[in-house]
Amino acid sequence: MAGDLLKLLTCGSVDDGKSTLIGRLLMDAGLVPDDQLDTLVLDSRRHGTMGDEIDPALLTDGLKAEREQGITIDVAYRYFSTPRRSFIIADTPGHEQYTRNMVSGASTCDLAVLLVDARHGLRAQTRRHAAIASLLGIRHLVLAVNKMDLVEFQQSVYDTLCAEFRGFATKLTVGDVQCVPLAARAGDNVVRRSAAMPWYQGSTLMHLLETVQVATGRNTIDLRLPVQLVCRPDDGFRGYQGTVRSGTLRVGEDVVALPSGVTSRVRAITGTQGAITAASVEDVVTVELETEVDISRGDIIVHVRNRPRVTNRVEAMVLWMGEAPLLPAQRYLVKHLTTTVGATAIGIDYRLNVHDLRREPASSLAMNEFGRVQMECDAPLTWDPYERNRATGAFIVIDRLTFDTVGAGMIIDRLPESSESSLGPALKGGVRPLTIWLTGLSGSGKSSIADVVDARLREVGVPCIVLDGDVMRTGLNSDLSFSAEDRRENVRRNAEVAKLFNTAGFVVLVPVISPYAADRARARAIVGEPFREVWVDAPLAVCEDRDVKGLYKRARSGAVSNFTGVSAPYEPPSEPDLVVNTATNSLDVSAAQVLALVSP
Amino acid sequence: MNPHLHSLEAEAIHVIREVAAERERPLLLYSIGKDSAVLLHLARKAFAPAALPFPLLHIDTTWKFREMIEFREQVVRRQWGLDLIVHTNTAAAAQGITPFTHGSTTYTDVMKTEALKQALSAYRCDAAFGGARRDEEKSRAKERVVSVRDAHHRWDPKRQRPEIWNLYNTQVRPGESVRVFPLSNWTELDVWSYIEHESIPIVPLYFAKARPMVERDGVLLMVDDERMPLRDGEQVKERVVRFRTLGCYPLTGAVLSQATTVAAIIDELRQARVSERQGRVIDHDRSASMEEKKRDGYF
Repeated sequence: MAGDLLKLLTCGSVDDGKSTLIGRLLMDAGLVPDDQLDTLVLDSRRHGTMGDEIDPALLTDGLKAEREQGITIDVAYRYFSTPRRSFIIADTPGHEQYTRNMVSGASTCDLAVLLVDARHGLRAQTRRHAAIASLLGIRHLVLAVNKMDLVEFQQSVYDTLCAEFRGFATKLTVGDVQCVPLAARAGDNVVRRSAAMPWYQGSTLMHLLETVQVATGRNTIDLRLPVQLVCRPDDGFRGYQGTVRSGTLRVGEDVVALPSGVTSRVRAITGTQGAITAASVEDVVTVELETEVDISRGDIIVHVRNRPRVTNRVEAMVLWMGEAPLLPAQRYLVKHLTTTVGATAIGIDYRLNVHDLRREPASSLAMNEFGRVQMECDAPLTWDPYERNRATGAFIVIDRLTFDTVGAGMIIDRLPESSESSLGPALKGGVRPLTIWLTGLSGSGKSSIADVVDARLREVGVPCIVLDGDVMRTGLNSDLSFSAEDRRENVRRNAEVAKLFNTAGFVVLVPVISPYAADRARARAIVGEPFREVWVDAPLAVCEDRDVKGLYKRARSGAVSNFTGVSAPYEPPSEPDLVVNTATNSLDVSAAQVLALVSP
Repeated sequence: MNPHLHSLEAEAIHVIREVAAERERPLLLYSIGKDSAVLLHLARKAFAPAALPFPLLHIDTTWKFREMIEFREQVVRRQWGLDLIVHTNTAAAAQGITPFTHGSTTYTDVMKTEALKQALSAYRCDAAFGGARRDEEKSRAKERVVSVRDAHHRWDPKRQRPEIWNLYNTQVRPGESVRVFPLSNWTELDVWSYIEHESIPIVPLYFAKARPMVERDGVLLMVDDERMPLRDGEQVKERVVRFRTLGCYPLTGAVLSQATTVAAIIDELRQARVSERQGRVIDHDRSASMEEKKRDGYF
C-alpha cells in the first residue's frame, strides 16, 4: 500500500475543466474500473459535450442536477492510490454561490489545485479561491493553466498568467506556489508529459502531487485532548475518551482539564491496539487518571504547563454560510471541539473582500462573505489561535431554529477587550492592551520615552509596565551575553513576558536595542496583535555624543565588545509602525507620538 | 497498521463517539456485510471497555442468503450477545412481494426502503449509523459524513449542511434524524486491509467455494433455496465463486474467484478491473438510480 496520504482540493470556474481534469487524472493513471468506463461511454453519448469522444468530466459530476446543468454543485470526494501515495481529492464547485461547499472540501486539505482557462486568464474567482484556501491555512497552491491547446500551446500565455498569479500570491499566507500548463481533455501534462509543450521543463501534475513535501497543519507541541465521552462500565473503571487533536500525551504526566481546572496525573492510556505509553495527534484514546476527578464532555485535557486560552469572547475570521445574514446581537449556537454553547455575535470589525483582500466596513455578513467578528459565548471556550492550531482554533456556527450550519470561524490570536474570563480588566477609555516595542541604538532615548509614556498612562489609570532592556538584563536575563545568539534569546524572553502582561490587561513598553530585524519579527510573532514597532532613530554620532552611560567610550576602547553601532551591527526596521527622531524632536514630542499609538 | 488506515480508523471512531454523545436514540444499521462488520468492530472499539450503548438494526427482506442469517444469529446475537433488532415489512411480504414477481425496483422500494423507514420510526431513532462509503457510487461521493434526513427520512442533496473540519453538526429538529457514515472516506481495499489487520469475522460467502449457480443476463446468481424460479434452459451448475458485496441472493451477482483468504481477496482486488457494485442488479436500472433511491430514504 502507498505511503502517506495527501488531501487536496481542486477548484476553479465552472468551465475551466475541473471535473475533466480529475477524470483524466484517474483515467490516465489506470484507476478507472472497466465497468465504470463502460458507463462513461454511454453517459458521454447522452450528456457529454465532446461528441462521440469520452468526456472524463462525467466520471465525477455525480448528482443528476449537475449532469443536466453541466456544473459541479457540491463537493465530491475521490479516492485513489498510486505506488507513491494515497490521495483524497475534494472536487469543489467554482460558483461564488457555492463557496460554502468549497470550504467544506477545503477545510481538511493541505494542498489546493486552482484551475484557470488559458484563454481567459486569472479571474476574480481564481483570486477568491486562492484567498479562501490561504485563510483556511492551506500552504501549497498549484495553478493549473488548462486548455493550453486552445491557445496553441504558447509559452508566453502561460508565463504571463503564472507571473500574475505569483504576484497575487505574495499577498497571501502561502508557503509554496507552483504552476503547470495543461490540456486536460487530451491529457497533456496531467499524467503524461506533453509533446506539444517542449518548452515546459517542470513536473506533470501527477508527478508534482506524488512528490510534493507537505507541511501538514499538525501541531505536535501543544497537547489538546477534548473529552468526548466518559466511559464508566462499572464502579471500578473511569476512562476519558476522545481524539488527541495536537501534541503528545504520556503516561505519568501531570494534566489539567479545562475549563473545569481539575488536575491529575495520567495513569494509563488505551489506544485502538491496546495499552500504550504515549498518544499523539489523531490517536483515539481512553485515558485513566490517578485520582477520581470530575471531568466531563466539553473539558479539554492539557499539560499543566501548556494551557490554551479560556475566554467567553473570541475574535474570529468567519465565513458566513447561512441564507439569512449574520447580524450583531443575533443569537446562535457555537460548536467548538466537543462543546456546543449559545453565543451572540456582538460586533463585526470589517468584511474582507476576498477578491482584492481589502477590508470594508460592514454591519452584517451575507452568505459566502468573510468578516472579522466578535462572538460572545454563554460559557467559556478553551482555544488556541487557528494559525497555531487548526483543531482548537476552529468553530462552526449553528442556527438555533433550523440547526443548519451557518458559519465557520477561525479564531484570531487576540484577547478581545473586556472578555469576562480573561485575566485582565478592561482598560479605561477603551484602551486595549498592546505591546510597544522601542528599538534603537544605545542612547537613542528609548527608555526615556518609555518612562514618560508610562507616567502619562498611569495618570489616567491605564495599567502599564516598562520592560526596560537594561533592567531585564539584571534579573531574568542576567545569564545572557551580547552575542547574536544571546541577543535573540534576550528578545524572545522579553517578548514572552510582554505577552503575559498583555494577557493580564497591561499596556507594555519594551525599550530594548534589539538590533536584528529577524529577532524583532519573532517578537511580533510571539506577542501577537496588537504589536507596534517604534524605531527610536538618532544618528550614531548623536548617541555617542550623549553617551549617558559612558558605554560608547568603553566600546571604542575595547573594554566592551559586541557593542551595537560600534562593534556589532544594527539593522534598522524596514517597516516600523512609527519612527521618532530624537535628534530633531524633544522628548515630549516623541512621547506624544508614541502615546498616540495607545489611543483607541 | 499503515498510517493511512490508522487515520481512517481514528476518524471513524471519533465520528461514532461524537454522534453517540450528542444524539439520544442512535442505532447501527447492520446489513451483515463486510462494511457492516467493520463498522460494528469500530463501534465496539469506540466504547470499550463499556458495551455498545445502542442496538443494531437488520432489515430482513426474507431473501437474504441463508449464511448471512446464520452468521447474524450465531456470531452477532449468541457469541457477542449484542442487542439486535430484526425488522421485516411483514405486510408487504404477506402480499407476496418478491424480487421475481415485482421487479427489483419495486421490491427494493418496499422490502428495503419502506421497511427501513418503518423500523426507524418505530424505534424513534434520531441517528442511524451506516457503513456506506463515498467511493461506492457517484451520488454517495457527495454525501456528508453526518447527513440530515427529514421527518419522512428523505435526503435533499441540495440542502446538505456544510461539513467543515471535523466539527460534526448532529443537531436535528423533532422528527428529523441523521444518517451517519463513519466509513465515508474508506475504499473497498481499505475495508479489506482492515479486516485482515484486525481479523474481523465475516460471512463465509466472501470466500471462494463451489456453489450452485445459474447465469442470468450475464450475472452469476446463487440458487440459495428452492424459492428461486429457473427460467427455461437455465441449469444450476457448481461454480467456484465468491461475492464482493452481499444482499438479497436473487439480486446479488457473484464473481469467479479462487480467493479463499482475506489476503487472496486483497491480491485479487489490486488486480481488479471492475468496481464492486457491478454485481448489484439494482444499481443498473438507470445511471442516476442510486441518487433517486437515496433521496427516497434508501441507505
